[in-house]
Amino acid sequence: MKRILSALTLGAGLGAAVLTGTVAPAAAEGLKVGFLATLSGPPAVLGQHMRDGFLLGVKQANGRLGGIETEVIVVDDELKPDGAITKVQGLLERDKVDIMAGVVFSNVMMAVYKPIIQSETIFIGANAGPSPIAGRGCSPYFFSTSYQNDQNHEVMGRYASQKGYGKVVVMAPNYQAGKDAVAGFKRHYSGTVVQEIYTKLGQLDFSAELARIADEQPDALFTFMPGGMGVNLVKQYSQAGLKDLIPFLSTFTVDETTLPATKDMAVGLYSGAEWASDIDNEANARFVRAFEAEYGYPPSLYAAQGYDAARLIDGAVSMAGGVQDKKSLLSALAAAPFESVRGDFRFNNNQFPIQDFYLVEAVKRAEGKYVTQLVEKVFDDVGDAYAGSCRMK
Amino acid sequence: MSVTLLAVQTLNGLQLGILLFLIAAGLTLVFGVMDFINLAHGVQYMLGAYLAVACYQLTGSFWLAVTLALIAALICGLLLEFLVFRHLYNRDHLDQVLATFGVILFLNEAVKVLWGAAPLSLPVPELLDGSIQLMANFAYPVFRIALIVTGLAVAVLLYVLVTKTRIGMLVRAGATNPEMVAALGINIRRLFMLVFGFGAMLAGFAGIMAAPILSVEPGMGDNLLILAFVVIVIGGIGSIRGAFLAALIIGLVDTLGRSFATDIARVLLPPAAANDVGPAIASMLIYILMAGVLFFRPSGLFPVRSA
Repeated sequence: MKRILSALTLGAGLGAAVLTGTVAPAAAEGLKVGFLATLSGPPAVLGQHMRDGFLLGVKQANGRLGGIETEVIVVDDELKPDGAITKVQGLLERDKVDIMAGVVFSNVMMAVYKPIIQSETIFIGANAGPSPIAGRGCSPYFFSTSYQNDQNHEVMGRYASQKGYGKVVVMAPNYQAGKDAVAGFKRHYSGTVVQEIYTKLGQLDFSAELARIADEQPDALFTFMPGGMGVNLVKQYSQAGLKDLIPFLSTFTVDETTLPATKDMAVGLYSGAEWASDIDNEANARFVRAFEAEYGYPPSLYAAQGYDAARLIDGAVSMAGGVQDKKSLLSALAAAPFESVRGDFRFNNNQFPIQDFYLVEAVKRAEGKYVTQLVEKVFDDVGDAYAGSCRMK
Repeated sequence: MSVTLLAVQTLNGLQLGILLFLIAAGLTLVFGVMDFINLAHGVQYMLGAYLAVACYQLTGSFWLAVTLALIAALICGLLLEFLVFRHLYNRDHLDQVLATFGVILFLNEAVKVLWGAAPLSLPVPELLDGSIQLMANFAYPVFRIALIVTGLAVAVLLYVLVTKTRIGMLVRAGATNPEMVAALGINIRRLFMLVFGFGAMLAGFAGIMAAPILSVEPGMGDNLLILAFVVIVIGGIGSIRGAFLAALIIGLVDTLGRSFATDIARVLLPPAAANDVGPAIASMLIYILMAGVLFFRPSGLFPVRSA
């Protein structure tokens, strides 16, 4: 009712507003997907990877996800949560999208999650997985094709324990995601964290921190330094000669979005991820080949998640026989009727994936491109730590 | 916390200071001499880095890339002066801020269209690729030492240029009383254009020197621009000497603060609180310093004696 009223005040036609508020849009119109991604500012490259992956999935279905003519409306959230809400409302009320997908950053996710879920629109998250929506705030309308935010950090913590690293220095930017990364790492780490270094968000020069690390001589360094910060850190870590002395365990720092800048300096550095370019299954081989042919650069985990989001929609829509019956579409989505590029994939009770996590390493391929490849599996078929507090099922 | 670590951190601080000086020198020259607030100085720094990467991709030689990029940075600076900034000299500061902010948005976007959003990098030249072992398992890259040496050389060059040459005299005179200099038959417009071009080249040079250690990406100059303004405000607007000393002070305070604030906080507070308080204090330190300097010496450490 609230939604109908707000649609009215926005000047939408009375009939249409009542219609969308109660039943799905008329058939034969095709499938409309609103895709929200960060496509401007320094982190635009993440959004670009995710969008390209999604669009590749749509293209491979000949522009018809689940056999229905599909229109994808890509919208840039500019990494501004308040602006993103307005844009999402436009997608929901003016464009009347059937499905929402995408979202790179957690702060944008937290802003748009409520309005999308309250409008009972199906929402496929392709990257951000903040803990509130995996736990208490979980919703039958939300599915994730990525991970809960803590999980990749947990991979590195578990790996450091398995390796018997007794003394670890952790370093992260001084903001919420940085603190979460450290907390995630510690959850499965049994040794001692000898120093916690929090750097200024957007810091460029890490020489002071690197000197501290060298002075401490830990068994390993765990770090979460997304984007340009990570590029700077990797360069300076290698230039300071620390690369061969102290193992570099990272998350969201060394991947195909930053490797074009760090190149050889990142080779041999580790990252925790749920996907790598050489996961051995047919869907992944096909994805990597097609992606590079289409866009001319190697895909990252963001691209893989975007691609899986499109494939999930494709599989579920054709299983449910269309988008009219929301109930059967929701149960089709929950069955995850598609071949994920990461192999094992099914949904947990909170509709986040139960999947494997790996230690991956940056390598230079024979033809000169830099990608991440598997080293070993760290978690097998694992869900996240917040699923227990989700009250679904 | 050992003596060697302290020495290494001091060296790190000096090096950050030198990098800041390279950026701030051009800014203080343009601001002080021409009374023109150029917010676009940061994107000129970014442009220098991108041009160096582009020239490197074309030529494959670091040294050739530096030379070409410097020339290209100068041309870009003069072009911007001719197209945009020239029309703003007689406007008030707010107009200048708005227009140059527009240039920031435009160039950041243009760079993304041309080179993409992903960060790029410039390899360290082979000659400077080594490192020196300063403490157990910590090597100091030779390139950073080269950066310090270059910065000192630029400082000396600027000092000589401004105080000992005829052109420097004209620049100083033009800053104090442009009408009188113009009346004496000097083309003040051309003089300003020269100063601006030189400032742009300095910004570009800083970008080129930073490219091998920092990531080259859209918006890379925006953070440094703020620091550069802090430097010239502390140093005294228009003073090269002030910019040099202020840059070194900022570099040292910031680096030493980042290295030891948490340790010091840990002495006074429980570890969890120290982890929160230390980094917070460290990132505020230079602004506290600026507030202090402005309180006691409102026109900076080395105010330029002019009208």
